[in-house]
Amino acid sequence: MRILTLLLSLWIAGSACAKDATPLAEDPVVEQRLIAISEEMRCLVCQNESLAGSRADLALDLRRELRELIRQGKSDDEIKTFMVSRYGDFVLYRPPVKPITWVLWLGPFVLMLAGLVALLLHLRKRGREPGQTALSAEENQRVDALLRENPND
Amino acid sequence: MKAKFLVPLLLFFALVGFLAVGLKLDPHEVPSPLINKPSPAFKVPQLAQPEAMFSPEDVKGKVWILNVWASWCVACREEHPMLVELGRSQVAPLIGLDYKDKRQDALGLLQRQGNPYVLSAVDVDGRVGIDYGVYGVPETYVIDKQGIIRYKQIGPITRETLEKTIYPLVEKLKKS
Repeated sequence: MRILTLLLSLWIAGSACAKDATPLAEDPVVEQRLIAISEEMRCLVCQNESLAGSRADLALDLRRELRELIRQGKSDDEIKTFMVSRYGDFVLYRPPVKPITWVLWLGPFVLMLAGLVALLLHLRKRGREPGQTALSAEENQRVDALLRENPND
Repeated sequence: MKAKFLVPLLLFFALVGFLAVGLKLDPHEVPSPLINKPSPAFKVPQLAQPEAMFSPEDVKGKVWILNVWASWCVACREEHPMLVELGRSQVAPLIGLDYKDKRQDALGLLQRQGNPYVLSAVDVDGRVGIDYGVYGVPETYVIDKQGIIRYKQIGPITRETLEKTIYPLVEKLKKS
C-alpha cells in the first residue's frame, strides 16, 4: 500500500512537470544557434537550469524571442545585449569581467597564490630550523652500553 | 606568536559571517538593470475596453505605478489588498499589466476582489513583460515624470514596502 502511494505520488509529481512535446523547429540552423546561445544563459525562473533546458513558461517565451532575433540575423553579441539589458548580467553563466566581478574572477587565483606563499614561507622556515644532528662519540658509547645491558630486547 | 592558535577560529567566524549574510539574501531577487533607465515603450489594448489602447506615453509627465499581475498568479492575490489601498490613496495612477492571462479570468477576478487599477493593459503573449524584465509575477514599477523607472518590486507588495518605500518614493518623485 505504501509503495502504491509512493508510486502514485511520483507519478503525480512527474506528470505535473510534463508538457506536450513542442514541434521541432522548421529551421535546424536557427535551432542550433538558439541552443548554443541559450545554453550559456540562465533561466530566471528555475535558476539552476539553462534557458535551453528549462520548461518554464518564461523560458519558452524567451526562446521564441531569441528565435526571432536569430531569424532577423542578429549577432550573438546583440542577442546577449538584448538579454542583459532586460535581466542583468545574472542571465549569463559567464559573467563579464568588470570591477564588480573582479573578486569573482580573480578571487580563486588570489587565494591560491596566498596559499602558495604561505606554503613557501613555511617550508623555508622549516629549512632554517636546526635539524637532528648526528650523535657525538660520547652518546654513541652510551647507546652501545645500553644495548649491551639488555641484549634480549 | 601566542595568538596563532586563534587564526583558525577567526577564519571560522569569517566563514560563519559570510554564510549568515548569504542566508539572508534571496537569490530570486535579481537587481534589475532597468532601474534609472527609460521605461520601455509599448502599446497594447486595455482589459476593460479592448478597442482602446494604452501606452506609457499616455501618462507621461506624471509619476505612475505599473503593477504586473495575472489571475493565475497566487502571490498576486496576496498583495491585492495592498493594491486596493494603494489605488484608493490616489498618490499616483496605478496601471495594471495583465500578464499572459485570459481576458474573462482577469475581468472575473477584478469583479470579485475589487479593481484597484485606473486601467489594466493586456500583455497577451508576454512580450511587454520581457521588455520590462519580468520573471516572476507580481512585479511593480515606480516610474517618474520623465518616464524613468525608479524602483522595481519583485514579488508581492507588503504593507512595509508600501509605507517605507513606495509612498515616500512617490512623494519625492512628485516634488522633483
